[in-house]
Amino acid sequence: MVQAPERTASAPATTDPDGRDETSMTFVDAIQGTLRDVMRADDRVVILGEDVGRRGGVFRVTADFLEEFGDDRVIDTPLAESGIIGSAIGMALNGLLPIAEIQFLDFIAPAMDQIMNEAARLRYRSNNDFHCPIVIRAPFGGGVHGALYHSQSIEAMFVHTPGLKVVVPATPADARGLLLAALRDEDPVLYLEHKKMYRSIRGPVPAGDEIVPLGVARLVREGTDATIITYGLMVHEATLAATAVSEETGASIEIIDLRSLKPLDERAILDSARKTGKVLVVTEANRPCSVASEVAALVGEEAFAYLDAPVMRVAAPDVPAMPFSPPLEQAFMVGAGQIGTALRRLVAF
Amino acid sequence: MATEPIVAPDHAIQRAFQPGAALANGASDPDDLGPVPIADPLTATVAPASIGDAGLPAETLRQMYQALVRARSLDQRIWQMNRIGQAPFVVSGQGHEAAQIGAAFALDRERDVLVPYYRDLALCLAWGLTPADMMLSVLARAADPTSGGRQMPGHYGSSRLRIISGSSVVATQLPIATGVAYAAKLRGTGQVTIVTFGEGASSEGDFHEACNFAGIHRLPMIFFCENNQYAISVPQSLQLAIDHVADRAAGYGFPGVVVDGDDLLAVYHAVAAAVAQARKGDGPTLLEAKVYRYTPHSSDDDDRAYRDQDEVKARRARDPVRLFETRLRDLGLLDDEAIAAIQRDINREIDDATEAAEAAPLPDPATYDRHVYAGG
Repeated sequence: MVQAPERTASAPATTDPDGRDETSMTFVDAIQGTLRDVMRADDRVVILGEDVGRRGGVFRVTADFLEEFGDDRVIDTPLAESGIIGSAIGMALNGLLPIAEIQFLDFIAPAMDQIMNEAARLRYRSNNDFHCPIVIRAPFGGGVHGALYHSQSIEAMFVHTPGLKVVVPATPADARGLLLAALRDEDPVLYLEHKKMYRSIRGPVPAGDEIVPLGVARLVREGTDATIITYGLMVHEATLAATAVSEETGASIEIIDLRSLKPLDERAILDSARKTGKVLVVTEANRPCSVASEVAALVGEEAFAYLDAPVMRVAAPDVPAMPFSPPLEQAFMVGAGQIGTALRRLVAF
Repeated sequence: MATEPIVAPDHAIQRAFQPGAALANGASDPDDLGPVPIADPLTATVAPASIGDAGLPAETLRQMYQALVRARSLDQRIWQMNRIGQAPFVVSGQGHEAAQIGAAFALDRERDVLVPYYRDLALCLAWGLTPADMMLSVLARAADPTSGGRQMPGHYGSSRLRIISGSSVVATQLPIATGVAYAAKLRGTGQVTIVTFGEGASSEGDFHEACNFAGIHRLPMIFFCENNQYAISVPQSLQLAIDHVADRAAGYGFPGVVVDGDDLLAVYHAVAAAVAQARKGDGPTLLEAKVYRYTPHSSDDDDRAYRDQDEVKARRARDPVRLFETRLRDLGLLDDEAIAAIQRDINREIDDATEAAEAAPLPDPATYDRHVYAGG
């Protein structure tokens, strides 16, 4: 029978055979080490995408994988995003565990049919006869002078698609834990990597194969006066803003890192909203119909009676992301300053 | 039908597979790449001599005939059910049956993988779905094995039978089929994957992306184009600037073959050759069967707006089911009595399937949100 394999890919105990510091590594090294571990642990895992082999990925996430695993498991595909995702789906249906890389999230549009109409609907449309365990990795996000086509944050399109899961790690530890969870998940997972974080964010990474469950948010810091709910690079910007505003005003700010955009950890969101009564949702993406909009609506519907202020959003303007020239890029990009301004208003409300 | 699981949790990865060796093989000799032109289907004669080439036992020929009649009869019944208001939407493959049955019999239906499209009733029947399965789908019953009443009829699928579930989006099945074939090659399963589509699908980017990938990796698969000359209303002349979809194969480094899709045995031979090539590791074939669709695109279409009905009449006169029947009569394999008996059995099977589906329960509305994700 044709069916996808069970997700049993697991990582061996050591994550870093190359002798780097195991307790602290960059975001990109955490992803690379995890990918290498699962490639070593399970022959069914294959990586496919543009430039993933000879070049080792344009961000060097799969550097040296071709040499270690061979060109039948590390596939330099033609420049064809729909073909990449479509063939990944077919591979999963016939016993492999594919990890497809879309070089930049900006270029995923040609694969939307394969993602939204095929991968995401396969289980539902076949009444559970088929399922589609693929992982799609894609760098996203701005602030790296990537201009209009190497900076976009279009995750909301996928959050709007039933049948998909969407995760965005903000730390090296979560990069590993979420990737391991995505690889073991029986449904298609879009794993988004903020490209500005690849080499600017370091942190401890546990060895071993402990997963970070999909759909569970992370409490970044505990607080009592207001809550910031965010994900990705904005977790770091929000932390800067919260530290500054706390020092200025003495307010105690809680920060929640969503980690999974789909499924959303509704309980964590609502528990914090009910506790602090003041919620600021931050996203780097365009504001209309964004993840921030969804979180704000959820809080409004389910925690209204607990609120001491309107739910606020800080998001990118309704302008194409994002201009190339540094002053224009800075004007577009959400950062700690803008988050701090909103947070001060919220705290003072 | 016996099935063998193709997922082996502890399988060893096969490393015999060398991408990039695309043109190193004799099978891709430039002389082999061109399409085989056929005569105008309206005037072509069917040479009874090709029976002699079949090398097929009489019993197989009779099974092919039985499969043809079964598909045609079921298809007609489903269409009638729509016309009398019993089935809200149906799609027909009438006119395509010989091409589909010829293809099905050339593959190993207990091992190979089928990635069909919505016009493949005959192919999917021959592959193991039953009239009872089809009727459950047509009437959107809970027990519909292809989708539990979730998809429109014509969206076939069965993991047990290795028929990959499809969507309504044209051509998305093609890259998926290349992935299935890639996995078969990497895992060394020996499977051949056949993916089917109309000539309209050959205009989609996914057709190009799939053929290109299959050519580069010399995947064990067959691109089977059922060219019925119309993509809903748009004639072939506005779909391609060339005569044959198969001509495009040259651009992907593998053979393209044109075959008269009304001639079941011609299709059988062409597909059998493509299967043999794929099975021994010599890569894909783009096979184009020239067929004609007897019905409108779907039960919601009216082809009088775009097709000369004299053309439809002329093509119906060259009915592939009757052509094959005549051949078997000429060979002494069928007579009036045998034909009547086959038809009688099939009618009974379809009656039973219809009655069973009518009596089967509709899905429980409470189940509408099940199976979006695992465990749900």
